Amino acid sequence: MPINILTSVNTLEVPEGGTNAFTVTLSQRPARRVEVRIARSGGSAVLAPETTRLTFDTKNWSQPKSVVIKALADNDSNHDTATIMLYGSNLESATVQVVQKDGAAPPAKSTRVVIDPVTRIEGHLRIETEVNNGKVSNAWSTATLFRGIELILNGRDPKDAPLITQRLCGVCTYIHLLTSSRCIEDTYGVVIPENARIVRNLLLGAQFIHDHIVHFYHLHAMDWVDVVSALSASPRETQALAAKLAPTAEPIDFAAVQTRLKNFVDTGKLGPFSNGYWGHPAYRFSPEANLLMVAHYLEAMRKQAEIARLHAILGGKNPHLQSVVVGGVTCSGELSKQSTLDLFRQILTSARKFVDTVYMPDVKVLATTYRTDRWDSIGGYDNLMSFGEFPQSPDEPADLFLPRGIILGRNFGNVQPVQMDQILEHVAHSWYEGTTASHPYSGRTAPAYTRLDTADRYSWLKAPRYAQQPMEVGPLARVLVAYGSGQPRIKQAVGDFLSATGMDLPGMFSTLGRTAARAIETVVIAEAMFQWLDELQSNIKQGIRQVFELYSPSTTAKGEGFNEAPRGALGHWMNVSNGKIGNYQMVVPSAWNFSPRCSQNKPGPVEEALLGTPVADPAQPVELLRILHSFDPCIACGVHVIDPRNQKTYEVRVQ
Amino acid sequence: MEQPATPRTDLNKGISRRSFLKYCGAVAAALGLGPSYAARIADALTSPDRPPVLWLHFAECTGCSEAFLRSTQPSVEQILFDTISLDYHETVMVASGVQAEANRDEIVAKYAGQFICIVEGAIPTAQNGIYGTIGGRTMLDIAKSVIPKAGSVIAFGTCSSFGGLASAAPNPTGAKGVQDALGVQTINISGCPPSPITLVSTLASYLLYDKVPPLDAMGRPLFAYGKRVHDHCNKPYGCIESLGCKGKKTYGSCPNVKFNDATSWDVQAGHHCVGCTEPAFWDQFAPLYSKEFTTKFFQDYAFIGKGKAVPKS
Repeated sequence: MPINILTSVNTLEVPEGGTNAFTVTLSQRPARRVEVRIARSGGSAVLAPETTRLTFDTKNWSQPKSVVIKALADNDSNHDTATIMLYGSNLESATVQVVQKDGAAPPAKSTRVVIDPVTRIEGHLRIETEVNNGKVSNAWSTATLFRGIELILNGRDPKDAPLITQRLCGVCTYIHLLTSSRCIEDTYGVVIPENARIVRNLLLGAQFIHDHIVHFYHLHAMDWVDVVSALSASPRETQALAAKLAPTAEPIDFAAVQTRLKNFVDTGKLGPFSNGYWGHPAYRFSPEANLLMVAHYLEAMRKQAEIARLHAILGGKNPHLQSVVVGGVTCSGELSKQSTLDLFRQILTSARKFVDTVYMPDVKVLATTYRTDRWDSIGGYDNLMSFGEFPQSPDEPADLFLPRGIILGRNFGNVQPVQMDQILEHVAHSWYEGTTASHPYSGRTAPAYTRLDTADRYSWLKAPRYAQQPMEVGPLARVLVAYGSGQPRIKQAVGDFLSATGMDLPGMFSTLGRTAARAIETVVIAEAMFQWLDELQSNIKQGIRQVFELYSPSTTAKGEGFNEAPRGALGHWMNVSNGKIGNYQMVVPSAWNFSPRCSQNKPGPVEEALLGTPVADPAQPVELLRILHSFDPCIACGVHVIDPRNQKTYEVRVQ
Repeated sequence: MEQPATPRTDLNKGISRRSFLKYCGAVAAALGLGPSYAARIADALTSPDRPPVLWLHFAECTGCSEAFLRSTQPSVEQILFDTISLDYHETVMVASGVQAEANRDEIVAKYAGQFICIVEGAIPTAQNGIYGTIGGRTMLDIAKSVIPKAGSVIAFGTCSSFGGLASAAPNPTGAKGVQDALGVQTINISGCPPSPITLVSTLASYLLYDKVPPLDAMGRPLFAYGKRVHDHCNKPYGCIESLGCKGKKTYGSCPNVKFNDATSWDVQAGHHCVGCTEPAFWDQFAPLYSKEFTTKFFQDYAFIGKGKAVPKS
């Protein structure tokens, strides 16, 4: 009886510019090893098998093996078809019909490229760009969700605001809790005890380490790493590469990781990896570097769950830890146990080892590899602002571990002070009434949704400006402001990074610079946390034990709180009247970075940073995602209030 | 500062079979099944035929996704690779834009009546849903077109269960939980954040029996929401009801299961329960701190080592 080649499907759809796969087995055990060849036997040349041969033997003949089919991106909107033939000596051949699912309109000379939803971010974001002759010539950033939390705050007890504003974001779950507490403490005139300040710094440091690792591996890496390519890596060479990049890292069995990945792909269910831009020409890593990164993607998934325990130890849980209150922290009972602080130190040690031996070496190899495509000059922005963070005493901003400051026009040698009264929020291109820009204390939020029109109003985000200038906020701002201010540890870590990668300081104003700055500050913060932990333990030993300050709430007052969130400068402003919240305004990092145009029609930092970016294939704009993800968008925070008294029925225009 | 090297074989194979079975035993106990069910649960959780799961994000903060990502034993990476096929999840998935939407639509078409739909976030319903859009469509429209076609719908978190923060007074966007917005039956795993263990246990029950575990009147699995927090709270530093604790009005498993690999929970961190698993808790339980909170907290807990569980100095 002849042996049949069995395929898991008769027809297969392949997304344009993407891949899909089916699996193959034999109908019976072959007498000896046989080879199945795979080729296109007819139809459109845009479809081609990536797998061209499979071998089956007497043992594995019934185990499915996958055949990957690739559909190239083309300039039409036809669903091209082709026949894929599977054949071999002494085998009955089989065929599979494949269809290219064409996703894009024909790209004209000028193409509008819309990414909606932008995934691997927090929140809901839409990006529209105009691509001319293969480069971005215009860009618009739109926040597409609105929850109205500032309005929900009005009339409530100010003490409830930290827990409510915490729910702006479950990713950077600590930062609004902290900023809101600082805002209300400023309003009430409370100075928190030293131990509370240290515990808060430790919790914030843990947030940075956790957030930056998750951002790099789970939100950003796949813009640079081709998972499918990892399947063809040599595990032995990957091992050699890993030993070269980070000799002290824990060893990984790369053959086992590759087998696991292969088994996963062979099920034909790619889950989160479905429909990625695999095989895109902008991917540059060798198969071995790709396998290394995929192994670290998986390792980081476990590691982040462990690092989040730092929040649980002193905050009860993560996300939405719950031990910071107006006046200090609540975890006095846990702090009285030596075992609590020992566990904190143990997990911090493990986290720091991961940062030093996995995260930082990976970012270095990323920078070294992608510098060759000039990603150290693409996606930069001119102005940077940091509010500064990690108070080392109540004397702010003088005693901030990472300093406060502004850099204008890439002049990192000239760091200028921040005047909070120079912050205005513009609404001319946002879905709010009027065109008046206001300081957050007097901020008015009267919504007026019209329709998504990039020539007029197009986002739920307001446009914050500092002295009329858009400002990039986030890790790059923190690191370069610290560098320019002479912060010794940051200077040293930046120097180490630049000499290891061959990048230079002007090159930090870029997509790679942003991603590098995130890793650089993680190294420095993780190191500093040990010193803070020592201080806390020494205080307790010396009998300095207070963690909460007694205060009486003011009935009429105003106040402000500032923070550096992992994603950048954050401010809360509040007015209290009759003991209740009268007005609460938040200006969040992603509002700075992803803001729409202002009254002067100046684009926001991301809108500007996207300009000039090469886009090889408008149907697969991986280059745009690299820049967007380098800003680590966190959009849910950015949405402002809506006024229920102004209810109209609105139409959503579908682009 | 270096920690001694620990063996890392688990990274390559997932967690060891033994500790996985131990976990499955815990799941069996949570579901009210005998220990002999552990192996069957293990099989159900590692079937090669991973069921398709669509995870929809609406008016949310991503905290529920983050809670899910903190799963340990089985780790989130094992759940993603061995248990389910997570075909749509905006935070985790690689594909963006039209490619992302294509993934979702394909599963809905191919597995209608079979796929599991997990929903995070409330659905804004005011003014035809204009307050939230994805891919140019309102969240309300997406919810209506996807959720009724699922084989099973899990509302993960208080927002998708009952409306949550977005629906707090004055509910500016007309935000509602899934059941309320669409009139479909949902399994409500409430909490802000919800427990990932309750989610995995519910999935295990579904994969084992193809049916939902017994629910309370509000659609919450009884195995996790059968007791008041106060009733199984060990009150590590004394009962703190006078500070504003809502443990007597709140149902949940926090005192037993805790969070982050059973590391801790709010009351252990010295903060009272704010009732986050209950409908409308932001309004119903406001203000979240008692009038006497500041003075009482200062008197009893402001100093390390002075907590009620340890002798006063």
